[in-house]
This record gives sequence, structure tokens and C-alpha cells, in this order.
Amino acid sequence: MTTAGTGTVREWQRYTRRERLARFALYFGIVLACVVSLRTVQIIPEFLYDAPEQVADLLRRMWPIEWRYYPKGVHDALIETLHIATLGTVLAIIMALPLGMLAANNVTPNAGLNYFAKLLLVSSRSVNSLVWALLFVAIFGPGALAGTMAIAFRSIGFVGKLFSEALEEARPGPIEALRSCGAPWPSVFVKGYWPQVEPAFWGIALFRWDISVRESAVLGLVGAGGIGMAIDSAMNLFQWDRVALMLVVIFAVVLIAEVIVTAIRKRII
Amino acid sequence: MAGTPPAARTPATIEVRGLTKEYRRGIPVLRGISIAFPDRGITAVIGPSGTGKSTLIRCINRLVEPTSGEILFHGADLTKLSRKALREQRRRIGMVFQEYNLVERLTVMENVLSGRLGYLSPWKAFLRRYPPEDIAMAWELLDTVGLTPFANQRADALSGGQRQRVGIARAVMQQPDILLADEPTSSLDPKTSVEIMELLESITDTRHIPVIVNIHNVPLAKRFASHVIGMAGGAIVYEGAPGGLSDEHLNQIYGGENWQE
Amino acid sequence: MTTPQPALPARPPAFLPNWPARLAWLALIAYSLYAASILDVTWERFLTGIDNGIRFIGRMLPPDTSASKLQLLAKGLYESIEMAIIASALGIMLSLPIGLLAARNLMPPWVTWPMRLGIALCRSFHQVIIAIIFVKAVGFGALAGILALTVASIGFIGKLFAEAIEEISLKQVEAIRATGAPFMSVIAYGVLPQVLTRFVGFATYQVDSNLRNSTMVGIVGAGGIGGTMFAAFQRFDFDFLLTILLAIIAVIMVSEMLQNQIKKLYQ
Repeated sequence: MTTAGTGTVREWQRYTRRERLARFALYFGIVLACVVSLRTVQIIPEFLYDAPEQVADLLRRMWPIEWRYYPKGVHDALIETLHIATLGTVLAIIMALPLGMLAANNVTPNAGLNYFAKLLLVSSRSVNSLVWALLFVAIFGPGALAGTMAIAFRSIGFVGKLFSEALEEARPGPIEALRSCGAPWPSVFVKGYWPQVEPAFWGIALFRWDISVRESAVLGLVGAGGIGMAIDSAMNLFQWDRVALMLVVIFAVVLIAEVIVTAIRKRII
Repeated sequence: MAGTPPAARTPATIEVRGLTKEYRRGIPVLRGISIAFPDRGITAVIGPSGTGKSTLIRCINRLVEPTSGEILFHGADLTKLSRKALREQRRRIGMVFQEYNLVERLTVMENVLSGRLGYLSPWKAFLRRYPPEDIAMAWELLDTVGLTPFANQRADALSGGQRQRVGIARAVMQQPDILLADEPTSSLDPKTSVEIMELLESITDTRHIPVIVNIHNVPLAKRFASHVIGMAGGAIVYEGAPGGLSDEHLNQIYGGENWQE
Repeated sequence: MTTPQPALPARPPAFLPNWPARLAWLALIAYSLYAASILDVTWERFLTGIDNGIRFIGRMLPPDTSASKLQLLAKGLYESIEMAIIASALGIMLSLPIGLLAARNLMPPWVTWPMRLGIALCRSFHQVIIAIIFVKAVGFGALAGILALTVASIGFIGKLFAEAIEEISLKQVEAIRATGAPFMSVIAYGVLPQVLTRFVGFATYQVDSNLRNSTMVGIVGAGGIGGTMFAAFQRFDFDFLLTILLAIIAVIMVSEMLQNQIKKLYQ
């Protein structure tokens, strides 16, 4: 049994001093932010006490669900919603492909273009689809066109960002090989980059479509078409049982969309 | 153990009686094993794959639940213990795994210290507030296994042999009454395997902790073990000194001459 | 002086046409055209739209930066950020245990099923719809928004966290169990180190997401800058609208930069 010799006590710390300071600063900052926020945000206690009763009232009004309303008021709006989501996603993909390529620093070496493309992508993502819908309703008038454009513009940022990240993770080996034999740039892209990112791309597209279906359902609340408009009118008339019907329908559609997406994913990826 | 007067017998550290394990109904992997493991030195359990060596070892600390039988640890039956009591007993049984089973994202030191988790409250453990004696012991163990410079490296940065040393240090950190090793050398190259067995040998000699090793390398078993248990078909077919392990015995265990290197 | 060459055996073409893929592409194009017609996306509407769009942009520029408007903007923005912070903190704190309880490799089914169901419910509905329900329940204002965003956070982080836990290597957990460690220590040493980086990733993503969505829930009255924005829209106050939009984009960019720094800290 050997000893360390001098008999000094050896200590052990999990983090270096710098790390601990940084972590502490982070926690402190988070707690501070929370405390400040809690103090200044306005919460009216009376409303809070009232809440359970309000919810109970709401649920009572929602039940029984007015199923008969479906063929007349809901079905067409639902189909319109699905079209908005799908067409919007298709448009987004078309526009996101070039932007994603511009933003990837291995595909486009020009830092200025990278930055510009990334800026566009961030802006697209920063603005909510609902806000895009507001804007497009102002431009194109109420209806499905505004909704489709809103979904498209919102999705460009999402698809573009993930696409550019996938491109940046592509292995440089095959690209080098193609370039060294003199292939022109489009060929390098189609045969070098695209095969590597294709599964990821379709995965991203499907993922975005799934989210778009969810988002298209509510765009109608600001007048951009789809089932949201039906929900809006029903809410304004306090016809909560119809609202409940539409919520259930949306839930079912979202579920089906997820099932479809999972099935397609398994086959492609 | 024939001939020893019953009164003078202290209970073996580990003794199993009638241990049976069926992973599937009617197909027993262990058939009523009864054996008292020696209290000193390295005991090697040998036998072909699938014969229940690993199951036997893992039943001892109930990582695998036996179908029937008794597992006596210092005379007390482990199979009857509640979860809390079982945990307390597990603290006294150290285990070394074939694939090291280190927490890869933690450092070597944290992995070694995790051997004391049975003795520390979860909150202190989470905050990594170990008592100074534990830290001193950890440093000492790292010296013993020769990994002191690696104390603050992430476990997944180490080679296989180094990881196994950390695993052994972790197990010894528990200050256990017995050490179980489930195929500790199967993932290692021949030279490193010998080093690991030498380490286990030095631990059992200096700290007087009996070691039960599950091993399929017969020469290695013969070289380091002071006691050999041979299994075939879920039952024990040989028990005794390694010197007594003749070719016939080995043929019986391994079924044919293919085991010879 | 040519000797007749023996005929080469016919070989299959080097690149077979991928019929399923081609059909899929055709179907996609056909669908797009069909959908476009259904939605009345005609070229002329598009052109009028562009025209309107240009006029619209003209009305938005230059952005309104008068002091009173900036004050309104700051107030609304501040409320949105607070909502996002509180909702994220609540959501993250709740998602940690909920995600652990929902992991099928750690917990028995009678615990995981209700948890997974709860998480699925949180995710199913759009935040706006949840916000509307909360507005009905607790009234207009920030509280409804906070609750709505918290629910959304739990749905997102909880699901991904549970999935991350289900992917861990159980061998490491087994080794910690073998030392006789209590359950919470097994979680702290065996499970958490394997999933912590991913959890932080989900958490920071959700903070960002809450920040973006806090603007949206305001449109239905759940507090924050969304309300200010909707009011500006309805008053045709488009230059103020642009100011608000620019401010939102700026805030989100800053938050993204902060996020990247935090992720680096936890690597």
C-alpha cells in the first residue's frame, strides 16, 4: 500500500474556477430574469380564482359536440386548410433550396452572401405564420391565397436553415473528388452534395409539412382561409359546440398527418 | 468442504443453494446450482457461451432475478430482501463488467467516486459533495490502477484497458466484501487481458477481497485462479484447484477438443 | 483488315429510370397545379397582389419611431419577453420530471401511459387555440399567454426528452445500480449525463420558440406585443407595424446569439 508520500491532502473539484463562475453567472442570470418578470407581469387574482368555473362553463358549452355541422360548415374548410398547408410547403421548398445553398458556407464560399441568406432565413423564422398571414391578408385580401403565402414564407426559414446545416455537414471527400476531375458546379451539386443531403431534406420537408398543417388550421382566425375562419365565426357567435367539433377534427387530421409522415419517413429514410 | 466440523465453519461470503433461472418457461439456464464460493483468492468460472456463467454471476447481486433458490450473502438470503435492503447489500458487492459500463460522459474521477453512491445522499451526490475520506481513497485507488494523470479526463477518451481499470477502481471504491467480474477481459486484447487479471490478483492479495471471475479464456483462468468452477449445460461439472483441471474435464465442459488453442 | 468481332452480350443500362420516384414527382407537380386552382391562386390575383404589396410596403416605410409609439412598443415587447421567460422556466422545470416519468425504459407502463398521453395533449393543439381557451379561463392578459406557452413547452420538451432517455445505453445505468445507489442517484449519474446536452438543446430551442410565439398569443388577447401589433394593424397604422416587426426580429436575433453561447458553455 503506497501513500502519496508527503501526506498532503489531494482535493478534487468538478469544475475549474472559471467554469464555476460562468455556470453561477448563468444560473443567477436566469433566476434574476424570472424574478424580475414575475414581479412586473400583471396577474389579476380574481381572474385566477374564477378560472376553474370558467373552464367548467366552457366545457359544458362544448358538450355535446355538434357533429351534424361537419358536412356543411367544416368539410370544405378542412380541405382548404390541407391545400394551404401542402401548397405552402411546396412553394417554401422551392424558395428555400437556393437560399439554403447560399447560406451554407461550404457550398457558397462568399461570406457576404452567406450572411445575407442567413439574414433572410432568420427574418422568415422570426415572424410568426400568424403575423405573415396578417401581412398577406393586407396585401392579397382575405382568403386562401394569403394563407398559402403565409405558410410558404414562414416555412422558408425553417427548411432553409435545416437544409443549410445539412449541407454544411456533408462530407467533403466526394465533393473534392468531383471537383478534381473537372466537373462543372451544377454537377458537383447534384451528384456530390444532393445524394448526401437528400434523405435529410425529405425528412425536413415532411416535418415542416406536419407543422404547417397545424399552423394552417389557425390562420383563418385572422382571415387567411381554412378552418380557422370557421372557428372564428363560431367563436364570435359563442357556438362552442361547433368549435369543439372543429377542434376534434383538427386533432384527428394532425394525428393522421403524423401517421402519414412516419410511414413515408420509414420508406424514404 | 467435507470433514470440516460444522461449528468451526463461518458462513462463506457468498453461497448459493438450488439456484435456478429460466429465461423462458421450461428452459432452465441454471439448473439448481448449489455452491459455496471461496473467501479468498480468485475463483474462475469457466464454460462455453450460453452455459449460464454470466447468469450465475448476475444472479448473485440480483441484476438478474433468479427463478428459484437462495443466495446467501454472509448467511442472509438476498432473494428475500426488499428493494431498499437489497440496495444496502449491493453496496458490499462490487461488480466489474465486460463492457466496462462506465458513465462515458463523466470524468474518470467521477466514475471512480460513483462507487460510493450507495453511501451518499442523492442530493450530495448530485452536487458532487463527497466526504474528504472518499476523495482521498479515490486518489489512492487511481494510483493503484495507474491512472492518476487521467483523473479529469472524460471516460470515453480512454482505451479499453484503461476503462476497465477505472471500472475496477470503481468497484473497489465500494470497499466491498466480494468482487464479481463478468467477463472482464473479453473485450480486451491478450496483453491487456493479462494486465487486468494481474490487477485483480494484486487487489485480492493486498485487500483480501475474494474475486469471482467469469472467464472463457482457459489458460488465463488456470494462470490466475486459485479455484476453478467449470460449468456445462447449466450445472457445475468441476470444482477444485486449477491444477486438477485435466483435459478430460475440459472436454466435458467444452464438449470436444475445440477449446484448445 | 478487320476481323468480325463477336457480338457483345447485351447489357442492362447503367442507370435504370427510377419509376416510383418519377411518378411521385409527377404527382407532386400535378397536385400543386390542382391545389393552386382550387385555392383560386390565379396569375392575375398574384399580380394584383404584388401591386398591393408594393403599395403596402410603401405605407410601411419609413417605420414610425415617434416617442409615444416607441414607448408602446417597449411596453409590449417587455411584456412578451417576460411571458417567454416565465413560461420557459416553468415549462423546463416541469418537463424534467415529466420527461423522466414518461420514459418507458425507466418507468412501468401505468406511469408512462398517462404521462405520454398528457404530453401528447399538450402538443396536439396550436398555441393560439390553447391561448384562446386560457383567455376564456383566466381572462385577458399575460397570465393566459404564460399558461399557453408553458403547456406548449411541456409538450415539446417533454416528448423529445422522453425519447432521448429511451435511447440511452442502459449498461451505464446497470453499473450504477450495482453499486447500491438510491434511485435518484442512479438517475443523476446513469441517466442525466447521457441526456443533459440534448435537454439543454431542447430547452434553449423552446425558449426561443416561446419568444417567437409570445408575439402571436397577443393577437388573441393573451398579452404581449401581439396585442399592440394587432391593434396597429386594425388601425391601418402600417408604419408602426413595421417598427414592431423590426423590433421583434431584432429581439429574436439577439436571443439566438445568446442561445449559441449557452450551448457552448454546456458542451
